[in-house]
Amino acid sequence: MKKGILGRKVGMTQLFTEQGLAVPVTVIEAGPCHVVQKKTVEKDGYSAIQVGFGEKRERLFNKPVKGHFNKAGVRPLRFLRELRVEDSDSYQVGQEIKADLFSPGEKVDVVGTSKGRGFAGGIKRHGFHRGPMAHGSKYHRRPGSLGAKGPARVFKGRKLPGHLGAERVTVQNLEVVRVDADRNLLAVKGAVPGPRGGLVIVRDSVKARK
Amino acid sequence: MSLIQSLEKEQLKADMPDFRPGDTVRVHVKVIEGSRERIQVFEGVVIRRRGGGMGETFTVRRVSYGVGVERTFPLNSPRIDRIEVVRRGQVRRARLYYLRKLRGKAARIKEKVRR
Repeated sequence: MKKGILGRKVGMTQLFTEQGLAVPVTVIEAGPCHVVQKKTVEKDGYSAIQVGFGEKRERLFNKPVKGHFNKAGVRPLRFLRELRVEDSDSYQVGQEIKADLFSPGEKVDVVGTSKGRGFAGGIKRHGFHRGPMAHGSKYHRRPGSLGAKGPARVFKGRKLPGHLGAERVTVQNLEVVRVDADRNLLAVKGAVPGPRGGLVIVRDSVKARK
Repeated sequence: MSLIQSLEKEQLKADMPDFRPGDTVRVHVKVIEGSRERIQVFEGVVIRRRGGGMGETFTVRRVSYGVGVERTFPLNSPRIDRIEVVRRGQVRRARLYYLRKLRGKAARIKEKVRR
């Protein structure tokens, strides 16, 4: 990763290009973030920066956390995430990272936590087909057969109902459509995982690097 | 949501005339032919307006050479040069899909009387 920023998903809308095409975009309030800690190959064995983002009431931070932020000389922030940048030496502790890190046309990957769907059935979770709802059918949304009878057991990895969502999801190769440096807004083409208000990490695209 | 609305505001058109389903409008559309850009007029009855904010669209219906033609435009598209309201119609519903089945005299819309 060359660069990255933390942000909050604001929501979706559409914008028009100069040609008059409507582009679906997700608006992300990206930054201002602060570098809280630097990890170097010499000291930690890998290169990364620890970045803080978001407001939280001062009294909700405990002393050790406050101390960690004080050491960097920044106000305590709600989220702390490590970004594995290739050269952490180019960053200073306390440095501010803003949305103007990216420019329109650039490709980015966006990491978020998908919406939690709780304990979901096979139809929602794995796209199973359902049975007939009427004409005397009593077989509606059940998982059906779990396999052949020969092995006398269910194979590992059998798709079954279970917990769905609320997991880390990365969407690759999204185009940055608009950057509003004053308000720290990024408009990224397409959908981004997670609910509105959810934390997202925006970083330069893996696929565009080649 | 206010952050989104403020972002949308930059592209929203402020100079749109007020028109509703039943009105006859003349839509001036910018058409790009190769490198040239010209304006094409599409005149017809507004049969639907849907959505809000940036995503609002409207559908205009006209019968040309005996064939019904409907075009849906994004209200805030930069391809729309301007919209003229030719006639205000008196209708009793928001979606005028019933016009599709009617032709000629039956497809007329009463003009709204100014109060």
